[in-house]
Amino acid sequence: MSNDDKDGIRLSDDQKRRQRGRSIAIGLALAGLVVLFYLVTLVKMGPGVLDKGMY
Amino acid sequence: MSLAEIQDTTLDETGFGGGQGEVGDYIALLKPRVMSLVIFTAFVGMLIAPGGIHPVLGAVAILCIAIGAGASGALNMWYDADIDAVMSRTKGRPVPAGKVTAHEALVFGLTLSAFSVLVLGLAVNWFAAGFLAFTIFFYAVIYTMWLKRATPQNIVIGGAAGAFPPMIGWAAVTGSASLESVVLFLIIFMWTPPHFWALSLFKRGDYESARIPMLPVVAGEDATRRQILAYSLLLAPVGVAPALLGFASPVYGAVAGVLGAAFVWYAVKVFREREGDAARNAAVQLFKFSLLYLFLVFALLLGDSVVASLVTGSLA
Repeated sequence: MSNDDKDGIRLSDDQKRRQRGRSIAIGLALAGLVVLFYLVTLVKMGPGVLDKGMY
Repeated sequence: MSLAEIQDTTLDETGFGGGQGEVGDYIALLKPRVMSLVIFTAFVGMLIAPGGIHPVLGAVAILCIAIGAGASGALNMWYDADIDAVMSRTKGRPVPAGKVTAHEALVFGLTLSAFSVLVLGLAVNWFAAGFLAFTIFFYAVIYTMWLKRATPQNIVIGGAAGAFPPMIGWAAVTGSASLESVVLFLIIFMWTPPHFWALSLFKRGDYESARIPMLPVVAGEDATRRQILAYSLLLAPVGVAPALLGFASPVYGAVAGVLGAAFVWYAVKVFREREGDAARNAAVQLFKFSLLYLFLVFALLLGDSVVASLVTGSLA
């Protein structure tokens, strides 16, 4: 028995398609945020980042 | 019972609905057309500001301002779902159309508001972030929740929210506000009343049925025509002010002057034509020209800034 059946909720094919679309959009937004923070970090740290001492 | 068999309306009433929207419905919550104007004016504010900003940080600032504007649009659609449902112009929006629940629109708007402000603060500066937070608050709370249903001056005061983006763009570069950025604010602030009152003249029935106290509904169409003319007469010199204050060229000043005169001419037409199709056409023409006016004024400021930078050899 799937979780859907246990909860008494069964999504129609159209609802599954829309849910998948929303999931992909959220995934892309999160991936975009990762890239954005990576780029901002590089810009903020600047080219001198490797010159800093460890201690 | 499958979820598909349950009516959306039943789910909405019990508060357990949702999960029905497509990605496009959520994009519609962001009011993409308003967002495009916000992006454009914020970009102009950023580009003509003195000093410079790293292109990556500039892009992040524009993204945050755009998302913040979209978030306030979603909050507006959450709160206004009842009146959106009775207006022909807005009844197809995701919440009244039953594609997204009001609760989903609220959570979506709040989440994007928080993210846009935090990212702008962390990546660019906290003055611009605070300004963006204030703008979202002003649009969602001061305008949408309070002024819109309370006073015919709703769009005059509420118009400030739409006028802040170039100041936020400016603040992203300079970390402050200045007279020049206030002038950019004033151009949009003075432009907003004639723009929306022209719309409300030919969409009056919509506002009446939604019981929104727009000026034509409360004070009558003649009073609205007088106010449109008054604000147009104020807008024309404000549009030229960047040249008078020295942060745009005389060429900009001349073209902005001609555009301002044309704006007043359309407003005079609205003032004089008061009956039948001629009156409606005059209002439609002013509404359409007002959109062109704002685009051209900011495009000219942008072009002016780029040319000035090329001449001095330093593109900001």
